[in-house]
Parts: sequence; C-alpha cells; structure tokens
Amino acid sequence: MALQSLDIVRRSATTTRSPQIRQAPAGGGVAKLIDTTKCIGCKACQVACMEWNDLRDEIGTTTGQYQNPHDLSASSWTLMRFAEVENPKGDLEWLIRKDGCMHCADPGCLKACPSPGAIVQYANGIVDFHEENCIGCGYCVTGCPFDIPRISKKDHKAYKCTLCSDRVAVGLEPACIKACPTGALVFGTKEDMQQHAAERIEDLKSRGFAQAGLYDPAGVQGTHVMYVLHHADQPQLYSDLPQDPHISATVRVWKGFAKPLGIALMAFTALAGFFHYIRVGPDETDERDEAAADAARQGPEKTQ
Amino acid sequence: MSTTPQFNEAERSTAAALPRRELIVRYDASERTNHWLVAIVFVLAALSGLALFHPALFFLSNLLGGGPWTRILHPYLGLTMLLLFLFLAARVARYNRMQPQDWQWLRQYRDVIANREDRLPEVGRYNAGQKLVFYSAAGCLALLLLTGLIIWRVYSTGYFSVGLIRLGSLLHAIAALVLICTIIVHVYAAIWVKGSVRAMTRGTVTPGWAWKHHRAWFREIMSHATNPRSRPD
Repeated sequence: MALQSLDIVRRSATTTRSPQIRQAPAGGGVAKLIDTTKCIGCKACQVACMEWNDLRDEIGTTTGQYQNPHDLSASSWTLMRFAEVENPKGDLEWLIRKDGCMHCADPGCLKACPSPGAIVQYANGIVDFHEENCIGCGYCVTGCPFDIPRISKKDHKAYKCTLCSDRVAVGLEPACIKACPTGALVFGTKEDMQQHAAERIEDLKSRGFAQAGLYDPAGVQGTHVMYVLHHADQPQLYSDLPQDPHISATVRVWKGFAKPLGIALMAFTALAGFFHYIRVGPDETDERDEAAADAARQGPEKTQ
Repeated sequence: MSTTPQFNEAERSTAAALPRRELIVRYDASERTNHWLVAIVFVLAALSGLALFHPALFFLSNLLGGGPWTRILHPYLGLTMLLLFLFLAARVARYNRMQPQDWQWLRQYRDVIANREDRLPEVGRYNAGQKLVFYSAAGCLALLLLTGLIIWRVYSTGYFSVGLIRLGSLLHAIAALVLICTIIVHVYAAIWVKGSVRAMTRGTVTPGWAWKHHRAWFREIMSHATNPRSRPD
C-alpha cells in the first residue's frame, strides 16, 4: 500500500499535493479504446465486468430494447447502450456504445467529492473510488459530466468502473477487454490507443464514413476511455454522449473559489466583530441609564 | 458554618432602605428554551455542513461520528432547526416589521457602530439591525430548505435534473455562508451590547438597559399601568 500510494497523483478533498516523486508514466498513461464501429452488442464486456468484479445486479424489467439492464447502477459498472438512429438516407443505423466511466484527466467527481481520499487519480490516468472513505453524499454524481457514478441503495456508497485498476496494477488488461470477441475493445498506453484509433479512422473514412473520428474530449482534458465513432461530429447520436463534456461552471464555482472565499468571508465577519470590540468596545448600561429609566418611570406615575 | 454573607444590623437596615430594582422580563422561559434549541441545532448543522464544504474543515465531521454520520444527520439537523425557528418566528415576527425610523437608524450606521445611541431614533422591542438578522435568517433558512431537499440524495435522486442539483448545491452553500455570517453578527451583537446575553439566559433586563437600547419599548411597557411582563428581582 505504501508504494502503491506513490502512484496516486490526485486525491479528493485534499489541498496539498500528492507524492510527486515518480515520473509520469510513458505513453500518457493507460487507455481503453472502444471502437463503436466494430461493436456487435454481444455484452460479453458486461458479463466479464460482472464476473471479475463479482457483481450481480438485480433482475430488472425489459423496456423493449436490447439494452439490459436499462441503466448503469451500483452493480452494473458498464452497459451497452443501443441507439436506433435513422440516417439522412432513411436507413437504420444501430449505434451501440459501451457506457461507463470515462476516466477523465480532469475528473468532475474528484473535484466535487468532499471526503479526503474517497476518489483518487492514479498516475496512469485511472480514476478510482475508495469506498471505505466514501460518505455517500452523491457529490460525485453532481460533479460528473457523464452521469456515471451510482449510489448504492444497500450501503449508500458510490460505485463505478475502476478500469480494473486491480488488474492493470499487476500488468493485466481490464476484464472487458479480455472478453471482447471482435477487437472493438483495445487497451494500451494512451498514445498507442490514439495511434490505433487514427488507423481505424483512416480505414473508416475510406469506407465512406467521412465524419469518423476519435472521442477524447478536450473539455475534461481528455479521457482514458476513448471512442472511435462513425459520426464523431454528432456524438449525441450515441445515446446522448455529450458533445462538449466539461465540469459544469456551477460545480467549478461551488468547488472552486466559493470554498476559500466562503471561509474568508466567515473569518472576516468574526474578525470584524473582534476588532470592533477591541477598538470601540462594548455598549454598556450604567447607573445614569438606570437613573434616567427611574425618572422616566416616576414621571407618568406621578401624573396618575 | 454557613458561607452566606452575614450582615450586621446597620447594614441590614441600609439594604432594606434601598429601593428594590424592578427588572423587566424580555424573554420568558419558553422563549429562551426555544432560542437555545435553535442555537444548539444551528451549531451542529453549521459544523456538519462546513465539514462537507471545505476539505480543511472535514475534521469537523468527527464531531458527529464521522463522514457517513455527518451526511446522514446533517439534513435532519437542518429540518429540525427550521422547525424550531418557525416556532420562534411565530413569537417574534410581529415585532420585526420594518418601521420608518428603522431606515433612519440604518442610515446612521456610523453612530450605531460608534456606540452613539443618543443620536439614534428611539428603538422599539427590536432595532433595525436585529430585524435584518431576523429576515436574513428566515430568508436563508427558506433557501436552505428548498435547495437542501433538491440535493438530499437519499430521497431526492431521480426527481431533479443534474443541472438543478448543481445549482441547488451552490445556492445551498451560499445561503449557509450568509446564514453563518448573520449568526456571527448576531452573536457578536450580544457580546457587544452588554446585558443582552443576560436577557436570553436569565430572561430579564434592567430598566436602564431597556431605556438605553430600546426606549420606545421601555415607554410602551411603562405605559401599561399593570405590566404583566415585569417582576421584582
């Protein structure tokens, strides 16, 4: 644990720097590349995720879609989202996107979390929840630009994809990658994944997908889970993948300058009172006031 | 042997000759109880809220038994404070209506700050500053309730959009900061104006105190021939 902690570069609700002694890992850390153009929607990744992480979601109800379960949950950390889209030519396009934590370089969950060390970011780019420190407030959900974390109804802790940080730490690829039968899921260094994506995009463009591209949104300083999209110009077609995800301005104010400003405001108010007492002093009542009050009281009584 | 001070005959007769000072009851026992219940719950709600507001204050969560307990208890503390405040407000709201002389009092804030009360318009049961504290507390509590319900994850998840929850989180923090600053002013004013703490702990003030700080209220009390709110010490 002691050495592992050297790999933590950022820690929630911590105002000083984490250990910085190690060099940033080569290749820009790790990344999962999800090639939506190769995905057949088999859900092997969902099953592998359940199996490796030992999660069993409750049996839900069908909503008339292939999507199952119908949303991410505390026990379902990854989910194939199926979007049926009619393209301008009038043809049906089945756009399947494996949803889950994007492992943002600028994570909104970590920024919003009030509990020290409940959310950490490793040097390799993985954003991980340490549930033993989680207090269940849900601020991570409020801060996330992708609507990923889920609070468990059982224990009120937040859960999401860990990018199999336990497997990656010992040199294995995430469970979902291991299970993918079509090569739609690939794992490696971020630079390698960007290069691999570039080759895929070139191939797609040659096959008529002129808008094919990589989804590695700059608004969150890039992500460690990236998508190859046939329609990179319209990410919202893929079950509302955000066009320009970023930490909301409201969250930035709330978790940014509001914090020091608020503390300063309270301290200033208290100090203003203290120094008023020191400089001006208390407002006291003395015997003259009592005498004046007595006189005022005697006055009307005498006239009665 | 008794430790009670013993008077000799001469002293006893001198003491008997002095007039008994009548004290004026400003807050009865139930008003004081209500006020201090609000105060105690406010402190707990404020400390638990501050624990979640700034990492430097997260240690305050230990006061309520750790992070998860802070998260669990804070909303209930808030609701309890609001409920207790409503009882208090029901008793004092009618004395807090702004009057024309209150605006004059506020315009002369320099005299207020410099303890030059003789230059200020006569003040009723509450001065304009106390009235503003009342309105600030009431307004902040209303906003805290609305935003607090929105961000209460355990119950509210699914009812509100994430945009509203974000706005609610920010406004909750701002309203809480304004309330805490208001209460700091309230507490300091009680320390500043000597005799105020006694009014809220023992319930009584001296006639001189009422004369000096709340003269219109003093006159009103004295105008009642039989005053039910005054009693001998």
